[in-house]
Amino acid sequence: MGKLIVWFGELATPGQLYRRGLWWLLPATLWLLTLLVLPSLLLIALAFAERGQFGEIIWNFNLENFRRVLGYGVFGFTLDNLFIFMRTVLVAFLTTLFCVVLAFPLAFFIASRPPRTRYLWLALVIVPFWTNLVIRTYGWQMLFSPGTPFTEFARALGVVGEGQGLYPSAFAVYVGMITAFLPFLVLPLFSSVERIDWSLVEATQDLYASRVRTFMQGILPQVAPGLTVGVILTFIPAMGMFVIPDLLGGSRSLLMGNLIQQQFLGAARDWPYGAALSIGLVVITLIGLAIYRRQAKEVDIV
Amino acid sequence: MTRLHPAVLFTALTTLALLYLPMLAVAILSFNQTRFGLQWTGFTFDWYVRLFNNAEIREATINTLFLAVVSTLIATVLGTMLAIALERYPWSKRVSNWLDNLLYLPVVTPDIIMAATLVVVFGVLRQVFAIFEAGMFTMILGHVTFQIAFVTLIVASRLRSLGADLDEAARDLYADYGYYLRRILLPLLAPGIVAGAMLAFTLSLDDFVISLFTAGPASQTLPLFIYASVRRGVTPEIHALSTIIFLATMLLVLFAERLSRR
Repeated sequence: MGKLIVWFGELATPGQLYRRGLWWLLPATLWLLTLLVLPSLLLIALAFAERGQFGEIIWNFNLENFRRVLGYGVFGFTLDNLFIFMRTVLVAFLTTLFCVVLAFPLAFFIASRPPRTRYLWLALVIVPFWTNLVIRTYGWQMLFSPGTPFTEFARALGVVGEGQGLYPSAFAVYVGMITAFLPFLVLPLFSSVERIDWSLVEATQDLYASRVRTFMQGILPQVAPGLTVGVILTFIPAMGMFVIPDLLGGSRSLLMGNLIQQQFLGAARDWPYGAALSIGLVVITLIGLAIYRRQAKEVDIV
Repeated sequence: MTRLHPAVLFTALTTLALLYLPMLAVAILSFNQTRFGLQWTGFTFDWYVRLFNNAEIREATINTLFLAVVSTLIATVLGTMLAIALERYPWSKRVSNWLDNLLYLPVVTPDIIMAATLVVVFGVLRQVFAIFEAGMFTMILGHVTFQIAFVTLIVASRLRSLGADLDEAARDLYADYGYYLRRILLPLLAPGIVAGAMLAFTLSLDDFVISLFTAGPASQTLPLFIYASVRRGVTPEIHALSTIIFLATMLLVLFAERLSRR
C-alpha cells in the first residue's frame, strides 16, 4: 500500500486514492443500497410472510404465497394465474417480435439518410418515446373508439359490430405496446446498422447468396450487438407493463403487471402475495432472456 | 450504403407515422368545440383558456415541476460524483464489477418491480419515521433512485472520452486537487453533466409508474392526474394539457440533442 503510483498525473499511494475515492463513491452507493438493493431483499423476505386480516404483515415463514402464485388458492386450484403468466409471456414475446420486424426498415431508413439530416430523423423516433406513456395510450383509446376511420374500416371488414369500438381488445393492447416500445429497439439497432461494413454484404452478393442468406449471414451478425440490446430493453419492460393493458385491454387482457399493481395499490392490498408475484415476474423474465441467448447463439447472433 | 427497396421505405415511414398518430389525434381534438364525442364541430382555443384557470391542474403542474427539479438536482450531484469515482480511481476488478452491476440494476429492473420495492421499504420506514408518509418526499426519493444510474452512465462516458491528458497536464503544472477539480475537471465535464441532468429531468417528467406507487393524496402530478381522468372520463382540457406537455417535451428533447452533439 505504501508504494507510490502515478494516477491521472497525480503522485499518490493507492491508499490515499482509495480514501479520497470513497468520498466520491459513498453518497450514491449508499443511496442505491438503501433504496434499491436492501428493499429488493426486503421484498424477497416479504414473499415468505403472510397478510394479516387488515392488510398488515405477519412475519411467519411459509411458502403459501408461492403456492397461490401457482394457482392454489383458498378455493382450490385454478388455472387463472397460469393463464395470466402465459398471456404475459406471449404479449411480451409478440411485442418484441413485431418491434424487431418494424425496427429493421426504420433503422435502415435512418441510416440511409445523409449525415446532415440523419440525427433529425433519429430525434423524430425519440420524441414520442419521451412523451408520457399515459397520454400516448389515451390517444390510441380515442383512435380506436367507435366512429373513427380505424373502427369504420374494421367494421367494413366485419371485425367489430355496429356501435362497437376496437378497444378494449387484445389488438388494441398490441398496437399500444408495439408503438410504445419501438424506439427502444430502433435506437440500439440503428447504432449497429450505422456501422455495418457494406463490403461484407457485397461479398455475399458476389458469391451469389440469395437475399435471405445475404441478410442472415451478411447483415444479421453485424447488427447483432444492437439487436440484442434492443431486445433486452423491449422485453423486460414489456413483461412488467400494466398501464397499456389497463387502459386498452378488457378484463381478459390482464397481465402480471396488473396483478402486481392490484396487490400494492388496489383494494386487495396483499403485499406478501404481491412480493411473491414480483419474484415470479423477474424469474420468468430471466428465463425468457436466457432462452433468447441460447437461440441467438445457435444462429450466431450473439 | 445500397439504395433502399421501396417496400422498406414505405414500411419505415408508415411506422414513424404510427408513432405520432395518437399524439396527433389528441392535438386535433384539443381544438374541437364539442365537449363530448369525436365529431368535429368547429375550431376553438377555449380548452386552453380553461386549462389555465383550472386550479387542480395548476397545482399538479407545480408538483410535477417541483418533483422534477428537486430530484434532478439530487440525482445529478450523486450521479456525477459516482461517475468521477468510477472513472478516476484505481478500484480493483472486483469492486468495479460490483459497482457496474449496481449501476445496471435500476436500468434493467422493470419499473413496476422497483415501484413495489419502494412501496414496501417506505411502508416499513413509516412505522418508525413519520416523514416517510406517502407524498412528495417519498416521490422525490423514488425518482432519484431511478435517475442516478442514467446520470452516471452519461457522465462516465464523457469522462472516458476525455482521457487522461488534460488531468496529467494540470498535475504537471502543480494544480492542487481543489484547483484541478474547479478549473479543469468540472468545466470539461459540464456538457456531460448538463446532458445527464436533462435526461434525468425528462425521465422524471415522463415517469408514471414510480409516481403512482409512491404518491400521496396531496402530491398529484400531471401524469397521475391524466391517468385518473382517463379512467373516470376525459374532458377536453386533458387534450389541451396533453398537447402542451407533448410540445414541451419535444422542445426539451430537441434542445438536449443539440447540446449533447456539441
